[in-house]
Amino acid sequence: MLKSMELTPTDLRDTKAYRDWGLTDDEYHLITDQVLGRLPNYTEAGLFSGMWSEHCSYKNSKPVLKKFWTQGEQVLEGPGEGAGIIDIGDGQAVVFKAESHNHPSAVEPYEGAATGVGGIIRDIFSMGARPIALLDSLRFGEPEDAHTKYLISQVVAGIGGYGNCIGIPTVGGDTVFDASYQKNPLVNAMCVGILDQADIQKGQATGIGNSVIYVGAKTGRDGINGASFASSEFNDAKETQRSAVQVGDPFMEKLLMEACLEVIHDHREVLIGIQDMGAAGLVSSSAEMASKAGSGLSLNLDLVPQRETGMTPFELMLSESQERMLLCVKAGAEAEIYAVFEKYGLDAVTIGHVTEGHQYQLFHHDQLVADVPVDALATKAPVYQRDKKRPSRLNKQSHHQFMPRLVDATGTLKKMLQQPTIASKKAIYETYDSQVQTNTVIKPGSDAGVIRIRHTDKALAMTTDVNGRYLYLNPRVGGEIAVAEAARNIIASGGLPLGITDCLNYGNPEKPEQFYDLDESAMGIARACQLFNTPVISGNVSLNNESNGEAIYPTPMIGMVGLIKHQRDITTQDFKHAGDAVYVLGSTDADFNGSELQKMLTGKIAGELFDFDLVTENQNQRLLLRAIQKGLVASAHDVSEGGLITAIAESCFGQGFGVKLTSEIPSTNFFAETQSRFVISVTAEHRAAFESLMEPYATYLGQTTSDDRLFIQTADQAFDLKVSFAKRLWEGALPCLLK
Amino acid sequence: MKFAVPVFPGSNCDHDMVNALRDILNMPADLVPATTTNLDQYDAVILPGGFSYGDYLRSGAIARFAPVMTAVKAFAAAGKPVMGICNGFQILTEAGLLPGALQANRSSKFICQTSPLVVKNTTSQFTTAYEPNQQIQLPIAHGEGNYYCDEATLAELRAHQQILFEYVDNPNGSVANIAGIMNRQGNVLGMMPHPERAVETILGSTDGLGIFQSLIANQQQEVSHA
Repeated sequence: MLKSMELTPTDLRDTKAYRDWGLTDDEYHLITDQVLGRLPNYTEAGLFSGMWSEHCSYKNSKPVLKKFWTQGEQVLEGPGEGAGIIDIGDGQAVVFKAESHNHPSAVEPYEGAATGVGGIIRDIFSMGARPIALLDSLRFGEPEDAHTKYLISQVVAGIGGYGNCIGIPTVGGDTVFDASYQKNPLVNAMCVGILDQADIQKGQATGIGNSVIYVGAKTGRDGINGASFASSEFNDAKETQRSAVQVGDPFMEKLLMEACLEVIHDHREVLIGIQDMGAAGLVSSSAEMASKAGSGLSLNLDLVPQRETGMTPFELMLSESQERMLLCVKAGAEAEIYAVFEKYGLDAVTIGHVTEGHQYQLFHHDQLVADVPVDALATKAPVYQRDKKRPSRLNKQSHHQFMPRLVDATGTLKKMLQQPTIASKKAIYETYDSQVQTNTVIKPGSDAGVIRIRHTDKALAMTTDVNGRYLYLNPRVGGEIAVAEAARNIIASGGLPLGITDCLNYGNPEKPEQFYDLDESAMGIARACQLFNTPVISGNVSLNNESNGEAIYPTPMIGMVGLIKHQRDITTQDFKHAGDAVYVLGSTDADFNGSELQKMLTGKIAGELFDFDLVTENQNQRLLLRAIQKGLVASAHDVSEGGLITAIAESCFGQGFGVKLTSEIPSTNFFAETQSRFVISVTAEHRAAFESLMEPYATYLGQTTSDDRLFIQTADQAFDLKVSFAKRLWEGALPCLLK
Repeated sequence: MKFAVPVFPGSNCDHDMVNALRDILNMPADLVPATTTNLDQYDAVILPGGFSYGDYLRSGAIARFAPVMTAVKAFAAAGKPVMGICNGFQILTEAGLLPGALQANRSSKFICQTSPLVVKNTTSQFTTAYEPNQQIQLPIAHGEGNYYCDEATLAELRAHQQILFEYVDNPNGSVANIAGIMNRQGNVLGMMPHPERAVETILGSTDGLGIFQSLIANQQQEVSHA
């Protein structure tokens, strides 16, 4: 009955209904004229719309992604599989990837965020790894707005609801508020896993006659064609797009994860490949598995476990129901696999087989309902080289740095500590279980989260970073800074940066000024990655983050993982004792364009971005890492938003120590956001060794004290306030704003 | 002394518990499936934290019907030690092995933090390693840890010194700041804080060790007397 409502191939052509699914006329004609040599039926056109969406095909971003540096001797698996893999020695490897769930979270924030977490976890365990940590990079509008408050509370609840239940600690992330994200919040989730290199899996379907087994949750009508939805711009009619958002069940995923890891570890001789059913669901996972292996595939859709009746082939193939995986298993070994899933109470059904040739064939009610070349779906999407034009906002920039005169340094600091982007995010991260699995050494709130690797002396440091304001003022340099800041956070925690994943969040790439931002920042990221020896091993692209024609700041989220070789090197930002010497590593200039101070005092950011030098950055990072590895450092904290004074205050807050410092820098410059700097404390016994190593790059500022007082005599004034009072302002700001 | 740690579908602190027992306390410990019907070979049972059966219906409400719970009840009735941590505590109250119930936190949000606790009774077999009224730091991580019981039950708990741990700054709204209680017989302990997360310096606290060390010392003493 339902099927008869589907348009015929000729009606589809004449009404151009495929446009509603995101296919352009040109793409449709490419299918009819070159790929198939005939008109596609309704189901086939649907398959192409999902697979050729930006989300699945990267058709707009491929030329940009090619610029990334993906090499490096530590890389075991680069971009292309579910997630990238990096060697960490001793036969072990770390797997990580980040994924955006921006569009779903804007429409249905709880489920959008929850399923973002669920999806990235599947990407990690499908590689054969056990997920050990989650991070979340969030961007919201100004929290005074009622709808933004709702988005924040629901997104945070969704992330916690999923991660807490499945039992993977959320150990880090970053949250920034800016009007630029008012209508397009960003929800980027990152998952990190570890595995023995012998367990590395691939998403492939080889061996004619081998079985394709569907496991996990049943398929329903949720998230139909979500990949196409996520690849389009919002308009005010978006409320109608709610059905394109999936619904998550972390309990189901916990069972699925344990069952899949059991199959991977204990049945490896019969498991050929395994892949997550993520964006574009069944078609994406199955077509990619076959295409990667150069195989054909035949599926009988009547066998797909379904939780609703009367589902059409179109719906079955494009549903994005969550908590499903696809396995390719040696013919004859199916029962062995079924038994594992049965133990966990999960569906496991053979729905098809690897076939000779290269056709992708779907059967439904004994009819062949789709018959297309598998590579046409998986790899032959058109690739667009978009036009690039320097945005007018960059041409109009003032060459002068914003130069405020502060009359009340202490008052300005109090106000700064209460800016939502600067204020403590405790109210958010305290709702996430950060300690389950009992490996978390550094919990959220320091520069990077740190997870020890059990039964070894190693640990992993991980962070997410990007400052979209810098990219808005200069996309290329802003891209470099995003990678630099991530590396700074890893180094400050005692780790050597290993590699990055990214979520490239931008506006509509068909607009040349938007594409400029994407392309330029990718070049900045690529250059920084090469210098820091942090290849890009995985990532995701989220374009069309626009509402009614207004794009977000260019926001390429960088997720970085670093290796701490010895657990004694693990370092936090908190001052540890009274009487320790306090230093700033790196020089401070009057760099205010794009700063939190500029935003706080003028309500906007403007002007040419300050200078940034990657070589100085790298040199300062290496210096600090050497000092840490020599055991000379008591605490280290990267200087970022809010400047030096904010970094010093945060270092006081952890354990409540005070400082008595003197500096020749004027008070205003304590808020400057010059890059490549760290606040470091050193015990008396290590001062001499530290100074000889750091000469002439670190400046001595004074000492930590046991007094409840932050006192800094600057060139013109003094910062002077109680640490406990400052901490109350800093911790109290966000709960108050979110009420 | 051998420990059993039952694993319900959705348990997620089961491995943490076994790691603490094996690696830190050098005690043999087995993960046992929720379908287990016999716990005779074990000397102690610890129900781990997590989201058994997805916390559907109510936390612990479905787990209480798992086959292993019949065995746990028999085990407890025989006077052998049973502990429930976090979701394990919720299961013990649902199963009627401990009085009261765990409701949603007062803030209605999940809370993960390190909470200061006071050890109220140091004569129980779970707490002899602590000093009377000793303050300890244990991690909490729960959305439904707000302990509730009526006045009469509270009076009973107090009269028989069944309150073992109290929060210093009640994070979840629990009646009488209750963080952990035992049954009147003194062999079943339920607590929301996670002692298994506080057994190594590198993870921030070793204050949880005392609970396991108390239990092990007291059980081994009992064996040597027998």
